[in-house]
Amino acid sequence: MSATGIGAAVRRKEDQRFITGTANYTSDISRPGEVRAWFVRSPHAHATIKKIDTKAAEKMPGVVAVLTGADLANDKIGGLICGWAITSKDGSPMKMGAHPAIAADKVRCVGDQVAVVLAETLNQARDAAEKVKVDYAVLPSVVDPAKATAKGAPQIHDVAPNNQIYDWHIGDKNATDAAFASAKHVTKLEIVNNRLVPNAIEPRAAIAEYDQGNDALTLWNTSQNPHVARLVISAFIGMAPEHKLRVIAPDVGGGFGSKIFIYPEEVVALWAARRVKRPVKWVSDRSEAFLTDAHGRDHVTHAELALDADGKITGLRVRTIANLGAYMSTFSSSVPTYLYATLLSGQYAIPNIYAEVEAVYTNTAPVDAYRGAGRPEATFVVERLVEVAARELGIDPAELRRKNFVKSFPHQTPVIMAYDAGDYDASLTKAMEMVDYRNFGKRKAESERKGKLRGIGFSTYIEACGIAPSQAVGSLGAGVGLWESAEVRVNPTGSVEILTGSHSHGQGHETTFAQLVSERLGVPIETVSVVHGDTDKVQFGMGTYGSRSGAVGMSAISKALDKIEDKAKKVAGYMMEASADDIEFKDGKFTVKGTDKSVGWGDVTLNAYVAHKFTGGQLEPGLKEGAFYDPTNFTFPAGCHIAEVEIDPETGKTTIANWVAVDDFGVIINPMIVEGQVHGGIAQGVGQALLEGASYNADGQLITGSFMDYAMPRAGDLPSFKVDTTMTKCPSNPLGIKGCGEAGAIASPAALINAITNAVGHENVPMPATPGTVWKAAQRAVMKKAAE
Amino acid sequence: MPTVTVTVNGKSHAVDVAPETLLVELLREKLRLTGTHVGCDTSQCGACVVHVDGAAVKSCTMLAMSADGASVTTIEGLANGGSLHPMQEAFREHHGLQCGFCTPGMIMSAVDIVNRKGSELDEQTIREELEGNICRCTGYHNIVKAVGAGAKAMKGGGKSARAAE
Amino acid sequence: MYAFTYERPKNVDEAVKLLKKAKDGKILAGGQTLLPAMKLRLASPDTIVDLSRVKGLSGIKASSKAVTIGALTKHIEVMGSAEVQKSIPALAHLASLIGDPAVRNRGTIGGSLANNDPSADYPAAALGLGATIKTNKRELPADKFFKGLFETALAGDEIIESVSFPVPEKAGYEKFPNPASRFALVGVFVSKSKDGVRVAVTGAGEGGVFRVKEMETALAKDFSAKAIEGIKVPAKNMIADIHGTAEYRAHLIGVMARRAVAAAK
Repeated sequence: MSATGIGAAVRRKEDQRFITGTANYTSDISRPGEVRAWFVRSPHAHATIKKIDTKAAEKMPGVVAVLTGADLANDKIGGLICGWAITSKDGSPMKMGAHPAIAADKVRCVGDQVAVVLAETLNQARDAAEKVKVDYAVLPSVVDPAKATAKGAPQIHDVAPNNQIYDWHIGDKNATDAAFASAKHVTKLEIVNNRLVPNAIEPRAAIAEYDQGNDALTLWNTSQNPHVARLVISAFIGMAPEHKLRVIAPDVGGGFGSKIFIYPEEVVALWAARRVKRPVKWVSDRSEAFLTDAHGRDHVTHAELALDADGKITGLRVRTIANLGAYMSTFSSSVPTYLYATLLSGQYAIPNIYAEVEAVYTNTAPVDAYRGAGRPEATFVVERLVEVAARELGIDPAELRRKNFVKSFPHQTPVIMAYDAGDYDASLTKAMEMVDYRNFGKRKAESERKGKLRGIGFSTYIEACGIAPSQAVGSLGAGVGLWESAEVRVNPTGSVEILTGSHSHGQGHETTFAQLVSERLGVPIETVSVVHGDTDKVQFGMGTYGSRSGAVGMSAISKALDKIEDKAKKVAGYMMEASADDIEFKDGKFTVKGTDKSVGWGDVTLNAYVAHKFTGGQLEPGLKEGAFYDPTNFTFPAGCHIAEVEIDPETGKTTIANWVAVDDFGVIINPMIVEGQVHGGIAQGVGQALLEGASYNADGQLITGSFMDYAMPRAGDLPSFKVDTTMTKCPSNPLGIKGCGEAGAIASPAALINAITNAVGHENVPMPATPGTVWKAAQRAVMKKAAE
Repeated sequence: MPTVTVTVNGKSHAVDVAPETLLVELLREKLRLTGTHVGCDTSQCGACVVHVDGAAVKSCTMLAMSADGASVTTIEGLANGGSLHPMQEAFREHHGLQCGFCTPGMIMSAVDIVNRKGSELDEQTIREELEGNICRCTGYHNIVKAVGAGAKAMKGGGKSARAAE
Repeated sequence: MYAFTYERPKNVDEAVKLLKKAKDGKILAGGQTLLPAMKLRLASPDTIVDLSRVKGLSGIKASSKAVTIGALTKHIEVMGSAEVQKSIPALAHLASLIGDPAVRNRGTIGGSLANNDPSADYPAAALGLGATIKTNKRELPADKFFKGLFETALAGDEIIESVSFPVPEKAGYEKFPNPASRFALVGVFVSKSKDGVRVAVTGAGEGGVFRVKEMETALAKDFSAKAIEGIKVPAKNMIADIHGTAEYRAHLIGVMARRAVAAAK
């Protein structure tokens, strides 16, 4: 391993600009002549729009234009779409309601945009927005997914009777029912997977600029996938031809899924910029972010696990209602189906699985992928069931897991996935050692002496990342391919530019991708630059989500590097009058096999461009290669998290006493960055389990509309984590990488709730397990103890 | 429009501002110092923390007019010429940042902690003192490490650490 | 923020004149509550009267009988004051629990009391110590100062100049923070002095800060956590929201009160 190659904890190249305040986020950009946009948003969860009067607003100081949904429709700007088609049990397609970028006839959630005000300053736009008179006829609303399909519930989209988007299933119902019929023990749980607000610390933003001379548009936005944004805005929304639309996602301050999606505001900014012929800048504030960013999770699930007399799992049966909110966001349909139910086998050999998922509309913000996307929900179901089953059967939870682990690979689950490699026992065993499981009883007794409750909980999770092959996801309804692209440009002086379709918004690609190049070409990482996030610079790419940038994005780079190496060997061959087949390339040096004849990297790159040693007929000049990499399978990161908590039964306060994570991510490029991803993921999972929960009242008002009411994890809420890895190589990509971005968020909620329920001695602890909730649960434990 | 006279990163500015202008707006929009960020509207996230007369404040919760006559240090003014402030260096060394958006406020708060509490900071103190800075990426693990290490380094290089203030 | 006229008077009289002249004038002290409200357009004063250049409103004076704190004294000054730490350590402790370091660097005691947020910390100290609030017009005992949610006895042109806290024999403050806002979900301030025992609760009451007489009576006989073990505060009139039910808050009052008594010094 070189100091900057694969496996080295290289300090991040991109940090210089972030630590000196010289980064360039969308909201930092200011275009000459720009106007500021502010949206008029619905205060009602559900209402028809009878009339919009913009006259008074237009007369306000500094106002440039006030635009409505009618203007948008007149200009034939199309609505937003969901790009993954799901088919119901009965063969019918999902019911996608129209989603105009500005509502014209009806609003379906609080925060729905009904007009946009453009003014010279932000305050002027906000002042004028208050003068836009919207005459609403308020309709009854529904926010609870479990009630959305009830008789008499308000109808949100005409195309979706009873608010049902689809009623989908997977697995073999009859076989699963039979397994339950003959089961020795059945564990049942009612689970609510709480709704979360992603809250990347950088709020969304968009600046749109229209170039009249070229009839072209440029959009700077906070996107995880600028090419996908361009494609959708061009092909489906009809804003401009793809080659006349440039999308730039500069430094992006966190995404966690919420910046994958195409949002109304960026569409409106583009359209408005062309209408007023001035750059339009929109920056969300946090209150707007709470109302309009796509939320995550929000499942209501009934789950059952069947076991035989030996504690072997024989079946798993799940019925889930998934809340997709008021509109179908870009990939919303795939999250509770193919990203969720396909992972219900967990790390276990379960012969029979059957899952039904009903997706519904409600008068709430759209729900889409949020860190983990479907897989945290699946892990929570499986890992809670297994833990509770172990408790009910009086078996050590680690033992019950071991008994049921998948032990030979490849392993085909009954729900599509073919696990390719893993060693689940290894990560469990290591985690148990690290947490000192053996002495947990002593620690529990010590806590009890202090009047505290102590509990321990496991989560042996699996996820599927690098979502692909494209043909496979296409057959499951995806509207796009899920490959990745790369171009490697070697300059005459030997420095290297990597153009990647992946997008970094905190993941450190500028460092890890450079490490790969350094490893392969033997060049210092300082001479490698990574270019991403600009559709005018980079070839079409799919962006960053689903922990795919390593496994898919870097594999594309690796493929392009193969081609670079081949070509460079040819150049070297001509330079040394040898056949390319006889050239060896190692540590940046080209050597003729069996001789001491060699040339260096810089000589070869220069010769590739001066082209003095070969004719155009023999070899094309230059050294630039591209590749598209389409994986042959998903990747399957897996591991074990163990949480240990201490609870103050008097206040219900939960303190995390110990957190151990042992993950198998396959080959690791930069352990420092990987550990950082694990830490952040755990924090988000702890947030879900202990603190966070988006809550609407019956009228569809978001009660948790700011950090004053939505509890974000702070430094003081978390411990330092003990993180380690085990390794089985991923066989399906050239680098052996599995992906690490979501694991922490997937594993941790179940570990924590398992620990809390272990401490309080019963299973009824909903998320978020706030102090008030845990106090109530602990009271039952205290009373039970007193009764004994 | 009233005029506010303020020294920012050692340089004096006299700027006409509307009274409702916040300090962060003065910095970002008038002086184009965009390293100071805005991440919330309820004064909790801390992405906007700067030092006013040597003390950490949330620049989104202070009128520009209130900074009249004051000396302000932002993240852009923390490094001493070409060399990074020890706290900046510690954040890089310990991977105390991912997306970078909360980082300027985090670093400014960290320096303030050291200024108030000294260079020997235990983990609990650091975690408590970071109450007003929210990070969504790192889980704080490496931020806590970075602040502890940066604090120690500031003791060694204390002069450059305070030079800008 | 809506536009407003900004004024920066040099003395209290001038400030009062400006407030009288304004249609809806608001005093700006530390601004840590007022400015967020204005940013969210929940407050729309036409005039802001910034007291930062008014002399004599800041600083801490201590005698054997009382600690007097100027209205513009910042939380960080109170928590760090050697005099406060010596005479009423519970008050310094309370100040150290307000907001976060950056908020404590700006927020003031006068602003906090005048705002009377039902979850703020200082009202508990004022009521729990029987403080006297001195304004440009009069001196108000804490018992008569707090009038309900965000309501005080202050007139529109009345400005707090200082707050005087009698030095108790013992006092303690325990706060259980709201996991989101970090304001008090329940905060209990207890004090024992020759005038008797006071127990003041913030965060929990629908009407803002209040005293728990039953606990005071019990503690007057025996100032120990044990003495109030059996006392249950009724859940009636307690705040109930997503962060805690009325029952939970009522229960926490007992827990925090016992811990405050145990920690009192």
